Amino acid sequence: METPMTSKTNRFQGPRASWEALMAKRWLLPVIIALGFILSLALHLGSFNAYYQLTLIYICINVILTVSLNLVNGYMGEFSVGHAGFMAVGAYTGALLSTRVWPVELNPFLFPVTIIIAGLVTALFGLIVAVPSFKTRGDYLAIVTLAFLFIVKSAIENIELIGGPRGIPGIYKLSNLPWSYVWMVIALWVTRNFVYSNYGRGVLSIREDEIASDLMSVRTRQVKLLAFVLSAFFAGVAGALFAHALQFISPRVFDIVKSTDILIMVYLGGIGSIAGSILGATVFTVLLEVLREILGPFQTWRYVLMPLVLIFLMIYRPRGIMGLREFRWFIPARDLFASQRWRSKAEAKKKEAADAAAV
Amino acid sequence: MLLQCKNVTHYFGGLCAVSDFNLDLQQGELIGIIGPNGAGKTTIFNLITGVYKATQGSIQLEGHELVGLRSNRITDLGIARTFQNIRLFQELSVLDNVRIANYGQIHYNPMNAFFHVGRFAKEEQRTIDEAMQLLDDLKLADVADETSKNLPYGQQRRLEIARALATHPRLLLLDEPAAGMNPNEIMTLMDFIQWIRQEFKLTIILIEHQMRLVMGICERLKVLDFGATIAEGLPYEIQNNPKVLEAYLGEGAE
Repeated sequence: METPMTSKTNRFQGPRASWEALMAKRWLLPVIIALGFILSLALHLGSFNAYYQLTLIYICINVILTVSLNLVNGYMGEFSVGHAGFMAVGAYTGALLSTRVWPVELNPFLFPVTIIIAGLVTALFGLIVAVPSFKTRGDYLAIVTLAFLFIVKSAIENIELIGGPRGIPGIYKLSNLPWSYVWMVIALWVTRNFVYSNYGRGVLSIREDEIASDLMSVRTRQVKLLAFVLSAFFAGVAGALFAHALQFISPRVFDIVKSTDILIMVYLGGIGSIAGSILGATVFTVLLEVLREILGPFQTWRYVLMPLVLIFLMIYRPRGIMGLREFRWFIPARDLFASQRWRSKAEAKKKEAADAAAV
Repeated sequence: MLLQCKNVTHYFGGLCAVSDFNLDLQQGELIGIIGPNGAGKTTIFNLITGVYKATQGSIQLEGHELVGLRSNRITDLGIARTFQNIRLFQELSVLDNVRIANYGQIHYNPMNAFFHVGRFAKEEQRTIDEAMQLLDDLKLADVADETSKNLPYGQQRRLEIARALATHPRLLLLDEPAAGMNPNEIMTLMDFIQWIRQEFKLTIILIEHQMRLVMGICERLKVLDFGATIAEGLPYEIQNNPKVLEAYLGEGAE
């Protein structure tokens, strides 16, 4: 099933064959990514409908959030419910930098720096959650992450210096579509790289069987630390982008409902899948906007409907649409064709040896 | 001397699971540990590999103290094991199962991994080639892309051994490798164990219930009962030891 078409494909073999033929054209992925960037730039410069643009920005931000939570919940098999807490740290760090620290006129130029610093600060907080994960897992770790979320939220509420419960108003609108798109691509690319590396396989092995993975020389603590730090970093990036898109943040934005939203996106799209993260975040964000239209005055019903979605997902499709499956273009060729390439190499070697023997 | 256990004792609460276990293992030996259910055989493996920390006593690998080390360190030092009830990484491919066990042998830093730069490509390709070669040696190369939980039972057992071998062990601990196998399969397994022992220059400790296997390939046996060593010696000596017959063989194990 996984064999790509090497010989000429018959055009009349039906959809399966044409799909395989399409999948064999792996060079299309960078082209599509580049086209996406050009499109985002065009929409931005062409002052496309602001509401649609904002929705697209939210999709990008949500993809970053989803893929970063997926790393911990999907790939590593833990259950973190504190992702909104990380997002809050990133959002506040970013917002404080751009409203209080940077000189106003330099702000747009320093925006990438703002985002990176926000990510790094959040990554430090990732360490705080990673350390308890050495000792606890499953439900207990979920409670630790929940506690983390509450601590962050109430800490922000009680620090008057950063606005307390009133939050930070008047943040510059620096998150435009091209920037959001670029950060989304970076988040997806880095996460994918991480997953298809030695450490990433360690992450997967922890999900499958932590004791066995320890006994197979995986340094589980190092792996957990890296996964939590990377996950927190991108949650922080998403938070900073979010703050500069919404232009106003307050502790209330980053409550358990926000965490639940991210969880729904992860489990809707599919755990342990980059493609699933993109799918889940996109479908969810669009659905939310559609609901906003439909519900009209009954907006609060969203808080009933969305958790219901989560419950049904957990019962009927616990792994989500793309659960544990990956879109082939996202898998590095080295891994996707590993056995195939090895076999043809081995055959070539055998042939060479036979030829040498014949001479 | 490769492995030396001195007065190893382990308690679970008030229960003494292993008491005063002593073992001197020479390079290249193949020894068996037998005993009735609950005798503490698997606990000994768990103590050697650091899953449990011995309450008392010392375990040394070539003079290097193992008690108190984390499992992955012990694996790095050259001890690998399989499990009584197969513990593969079920949802992952056969190839990935083996590549994970290469963790300790891969040398690049997280930054290389985040951006796939530097020595990343070279190291990854090396582990793929190494893992595929190992799978090929163990006749598993054809199923390299299969999800490991979908393999037939015998192949899962073999994959577990392959995974253990991928950590480059000097000492291999096999926990009931013949569990659930018929006499025919046990014969094949015997040959297989002898073969990997020579091919990979291994020292092996075997826990087993199947007398056929133990008597057939082990050079030396240790018999445990209720955590205590009740006999040790050559297989034929053990076979006729009245204490052993009483504790184990006498109860109709064959």
